[in-house]
Amino acid sequence: MISILDPGPLTTVQDLGRPGQLRYGIPPSGPMDRAAFLLANRLVGNDDNAAALECTIQGPRFSSDRPCAVAVTGAEVGLTVNGTAAPLWQTLFLQPGDVVRMAPAKAGVRAYVAVAGGIDVPLVLGSRSTYLRGRMGGVQGRQLVKGDTLALVDGPLPRGARVATGARPVYGDEVTVHVVLGPQHARFTQAGLETLLGNAYEVTPNSDRMGMRLRGPRIEHTAGHDIISDGMPLGGIQIPGDGQPIVLLLDRQSAGGYTKAAAVCSFDVGRLAQVKPGHRVRFTAIPVDDAHRRRTAWLASLDAAIEPLT
Amino acid sequence: MIRLLPAGDTAVSVELGDEITEAVNTRVRALEFLIQTERVQGVLETVPSFRALLVYYDPSLVGYDALCARLESLAERATTAALPASRVVELPCCYEPELGLDVDAAAERLAMSRDELVGLHAGVEYLVYFIGFTPGLPYMGGMPDRIKLPRLETPRVKVPVGSVGIGGPQCCIYPIESPGGYWLLGRTPVRLYDPAASEPILLRPGDRVAFRPVSRAEYDEVAGAVEAGRYAPVIR
Repeated sequence: MISILDPGPLTTVQDLGRPGQLRYGIPPSGPMDRAAFLLANRLVGNDDNAAALECTIQGPRFSSDRPCAVAVTGAEVGLTVNGTAAPLWQTLFLQPGDVVRMAPAKAGVRAYVAVAGGIDVPLVLGSRSTYLRGRMGGVQGRQLVKGDTLALVDGPLPRGARVATGARPVYGDEVTVHVVLGPQHARFTQAGLETLLGNAYEVTPNSDRMGMRLRGPRIEHTAGHDIISDGMPLGGIQIPGDGQPIVLLLDRQSAGGYTKAAAVCSFDVGRLAQVKPGHRVRFTAIPVDDAHRRRTAWLASLDAAIEPLT
Repeated sequence: MIRLLPAGDTAVSVELGDEITEAVNTRVRALEFLIQTERVQGVLETVPSFRALLVYYDPSLVGYDALCARLESLAERATTAALPASRVVELPCCYEPELGLDVDAAAERLAMSRDELVGLHAGVEYLVYFIGFTPGLPYMGGMPDRIKLPRLETPRVKVPVGSVGIGGPQCCIYPIESPGGYWLLGRTPVRLYDPAASEPILLRPGDRVAFRPVSRAEYDEVAGAVEAGRYAPVIR
């Protein structure tokens, strides 16, 4: 069992998400940075779909009542165990009563805390992920609060491992992500699309698990910004009448009525989710088949990222 | 017409028309049904809307061109004949002004009495084109032309749960408290979204919805039964 002594500003339970429910208006949820989430689980010997914690800006302070293995990945949160600095991206073995603490992130936005076995909360529609707006999943559909206790699925302790230094992300203040144009790129002028692809857009504080609002040069439509409402893909970049992009993420609405110029590629959504408000994003367009090749390479790089501790 | 458009690297949007009509929407739902029954390789999930189907796929199981070819050939067969019969879901609805916050204003704007408006609104069955925006929210068509109104000039910040609203040619029901720009004619005590239930969503794309006008007393009675877990919606 894990006891939450201080939850941090926004910590939720997530697994890989709740597939198949978008047709009922329920988003997939799941980790905003899938790569960091997967690696945290693999470092403690879990299945990729085991439930772990997603922490925003600052991680929780917690203790365990039994010997266990944990790993923290993602944002650079300044990790300590009983006040002594401890490494991110590496298996840590805890004794009963050890207190884990995380300082506010120096870089990146979202950190992941995986515990060997995984967090045991009830399955809702096949997933343990928290969907905050729908008050569904995780711990009673809400973010963690002080005093929460989280049961763990029993399992053997893993061997220690770490993510190779070269395989760890670097969180800069300007990030370029790949997009595929469409489905409504024909609703923008050539100049409008060049604006989107040729400029840096600033992440605004008005961003969350549902979507990321960006600010920058106005993107010009050909005629009107409304469409007949249709499905909203992962990473969809919708552009309302003010010409400012909004990127729709894991807790997105299932459908929307604004033109979507492009969608951020699945393998870059996590990198986008680590960009702090005030920092900038650039978009570079690639064809679908190129995106698929890059996605395959990304999955292979995750499989090769972990090395045993010597 | 059929148009296939990429929607990122893990989805493709299949557009089957350019208008909001029952005919186009039926083809969308028929295409979805065919994808389900034929278990198309690599498809993970589908999201119907008025005139398009968003198809999520796993690129490591199926390539974009192969998937598009398969969807195009299925779309040719996507007609009413491919679909199973609709369910009809009956929803009690109280049209008293204390729950239907705009019912009197809407009647005045339409130059008719409240009873006349309620009679017209509850006198037809609505087709659920699709579910979306918030969990369980039905986008419904089939409203009588006589009660069409433009959306509210100033949308409400908070629409009460269960409110039944109209705007343009459409009718909707708000399953959770949310902003909204429709005229609120009444309220149903039936839950369209219940995160604690084993099936949290009541309505499905393709359902037909019939509103049954009820008094405030009956509304309260049904609301009590819903709260106590003793209410089963009438589905035929």
